[in-house]
Amino acid sequence: MKNENLYNYILGIADNSLILGQRIGELCGHGPSLETDIACTNISLDLFGQVRSYFQYAAKIAGDERTEDDIAMLRKERDYKNVLLVEQPNTNFAYSIGRQFLFDVYHLAFLAELQKSSDLTLSAIANKCIKEVSYHERFSSDWVKRLGDGTSESKEKMQEAINDLWTYTDELFHQTEADKAMVTENIGVDVIKLKDNYYKRINALLEEATLEIPESKWFQKGGKEGIHTEHLGYLLSDLQYMQRTYPNMEW
Amino acid sequence: MSTKNWPLWEIFVRSKNGLEHRHCGSLHAADSDMALENARDVYTRRNEGVSIWVVESKHITGSNPENNGEMFEPAQDKVYRHPTFYDLPDEVKHM
Repeated sequence: MKNENLYNYILGIADNSLILGQRIGELCGHGPSLETDIACTNISLDLFGQVRSYFQYAAKIAGDERTEDDIAMLRKERDYKNVLLVEQPNTNFAYSIGRQFLFDVYHLAFLAELQKSSDLTLSAIANKCIKEVSYHERFSSDWVKRLGDGTSESKEKMQEAINDLWTYTDELFHQTEADKAMVTENIGVDVIKLKDNYYKRINALLEEATLEIPESKWFQKGGKEGIHTEHLGYLLSDLQYMQRTYPNMEW
Repeated sequence: MSTKNWPLWEIFVRSKNGLEHRHCGSLHAADSDMALENARDVYTRRNEGVSIWVVESKHITGSNPENNGEMFEPAQDKVYRHPTFYDLPDEVKHM
């Protein structure tokens, strides 16, 4: 492939939305209330919409037989480049909200920078996605505040979710070889520069939610390089079931 | 989490600028901010609106159907209350 770095870079962005979309979509029909159920499903559909734009572009760059569906459905676990954070399970509603919140704050800042990309397709996609993600960020941070500053039970659960997911936040600012190459070409976002503001914003929101900022300095990483937690395999077996069972089936 | 303690809200959506807000349904939410967000997700996700009002249902006073006789029937046989007995000048269009 002529432009392998760009291809891998796009997959890195898209896989975060794909896997998070699948995860939050698991709440469809299982949300804690009808209203939050629909809200979470809307977020999932927004993310899948974004993924289509990215994968259509990636398929064009690959320039061979593969389609957006092949890229989404027919890769193996080690070929997915999403961060570990987005594959973490819906242990309870606080975990779903915590995961969404820790990712949304990053996602919003990332897209604001991607809009400035010298790659016009990526900047156009970012421009379209940022409105959706602004809403996601508002929704998830509102819920963190509601649960954190809610009852003693909701506070305890929200704090536990933030504490457990905290270890996956640093990976957001890890750069792969493709990321570095794309930053040099002014196509990609230099995520290292987003880190300080990310933690500032997260910490401010956690304080507003009367939650404690985790002190742990030990962080997990690996997802961006294809080394995932045990949860991704199960998620993919759900996601890929139809294509694996009935190869080449179409709607 | 249970919604049994969340109050009920009535949702009004304006489908486009220039039209009035119309009642489109109700939902549960803990407060007005959440009611707006829920209304956005439940009632405008297929591009149905440009503006949303939410009103807590308890603030709406409704007429009692038992009183429909005295409330509405007296208007039924008063055709002269419709302005249909005037000759309109041709210059006035679209009345």
